[in-house]
Amino acid sequence: MALYSEKVMDHFRNPRNVGVIDNADGVGEVGNAKCGDIMKMYLKIDDDVVSDVKFETFGCGSAIASSSMATELIKGKPLSEVKQLTNKAVSEALDGLPAYKMHCSVLAEEAIHSALDDYYSKHPEKKPEEE
Amino acid sequence: MIYADNAATTKMSDKAIQTMACLLQEAWGNPSSLYVHGQKAKEVLEQAREDIASVIGASAQEILFTSGGSEADNQALRTAAELGKKKGKRHIISTTFEHHAILHTLETLKKDGFDITLLDVHENGIVIPAEVEAAIREDTCLVSIMYANNEIGTIQPIREIGAICRRKGVLFHVDAVQAVGHIPVNVVDDNIDMLSSSAHKFHGPKGVGFLYAKKGIRLTNLIEGGAQEHGKRTGTENVPGIAAMAEALKEADANMAAYAEHLIKMRNRLIQGLQEIPHSALNGDATQRLPGNVNFCFEGIEGESLLLLLDDKGICASSGSACTSGSLDPSHVLLAIGRIHDVAHGSLRLSIGEDITEEEVDYIIQSTKEVVAYLRSFSPVWRDLMAGKKEFIL
Repeated sequence: MALYSEKVMDHFRNPRNVGVIDNADGVGEVGNAKCGDIMKMYLKIDDDVVSDVKFETFGCGSAIASSSMATELIKGKPLSEVKQLTNKAVSEALDGLPAYKMHCSVLAEEAIHSALDDYYSKHPEKKPEEE
Repeated sequence: MIYADNAATTKMSDKAIQTMACLLQEAWGNPSSLYVHGQKAKEVLEQAREDIASVIGASAQEILFTSGGSEADNQALRTAAELGKKKGKRHIISTTFEHHAILHTLETLKKDGFDITLLDVHENGIVIPAEVEAAIREDTCLVSIMYANNEIGTIQPIREIGAICRRKGVLFHVDAVQAVGHIPVNVVDDNIDMLSSSAHKFHGPKGVGFLYAKKGIRLTNLIEGGAQEHGKRTGTENVPGIAAMAEALKEADANMAAYAEHLIKMRNRLIQGLQEIPHSALNGDATQRLPGNVNFCFEGIEGESLLLLLDDKGICASSGSACTSGSLDPSHVLLAIGRIHDVAHGSLRLSIGEDITEEEVDYIIQSTKEVVAYLRSFSPVWRDLMAGKKEFIL
């Protein structure tokens, strides 16, 4: 059996939403070079919806695929939904990751949440009341 | 497909395959049996022992067949430890960039009360003999140093270190898994007491190797059982595998000079080409290295994604990144030569074989340049380096 699913390889070979958004509304960077994975997410937000998203990743095949899939999962989605994104959703959408690569999907979740936090810190009025 | 991972394993030579196939049919007897089938197998076994011994300058009775390099390494270290214990000597000297078959065995011996000194291998990946000498103590029972490193290919001054050990009366073991069949190895000239080797690194089969132990060294056996190999390596011998190993080694030895000449030319071309990639660095000494080994670090990218994309281009290679080792840390070898984590993750090992052509080398260079540039194009690390937010290391 191959190391990665077809879906992982597809998102690795043809990553979606690669790049940078200038003047992004929210930017999040997680991971560190020491561990070998860094993900950076850029969000454009209009009317509480992710109107555009881009990513940059330094990392292995599953890190790149996880970033790509995470951007696909949140693009065009309302922030209330984006907030709910989990690493499980990312890995399931990729038809699974090897156990020792699960942290890549965790990193993708954290990168999105970090970008969202950045947005809320710049626009505290948009932050929903804690339930 | 271009196979550039010969340090991981090699393809069996046609001769070795033929030998093995033929013996599976014709010498299937148990060499310990006294009837004709058994005796035929015994003859094959002893011929292989003589052939192997003669390639490395040993005598036949000094060769013990094992399941491979790891077993030979384990047995050599256990043997030296047992001999040391009897004399109250519990200090072992080795290096920080040995194979895990050595390092993990040393960790076990440490728990058993042994004091372990791991010598620095410096930026060029080469041990300094004077530092070995300085590390030897009254209670040193063994010095174990690899002939050539499996990741960065650097060749160690074995002969000089061996001479020091002889003078000091300390046992000297050499893990020669990457060297045998590729560069000249002679246990007498090199002052080696014990040496480990593995068949599948020189176009022999997997699961077979040997341990050379100088006459007079009383080996400790790892497996209890019958009287095979004088009781020092019990279990019925893998006769076809052993004979195929001998065949492969004779072939490698006969062609060594010609292969090395070609490989060194190809290796240097590859190094020159890859050095054109900005912010890259060759790992290990540029000349004192195995003829077929090239190992680079590329800043701003990660090794596994590099390997996957090279694989898409038909190039088989390996990396010392954490993601390819299944752990969080990159290769201990790259860390040992002073590469910091950030760049050690972006390493590429190309171990080329003697059949490689100049066109293939150029294709590897071109492909690597493309893939590195592509991965850097969306690497946040590379962006920060280019923007001057971070200092380049390479």
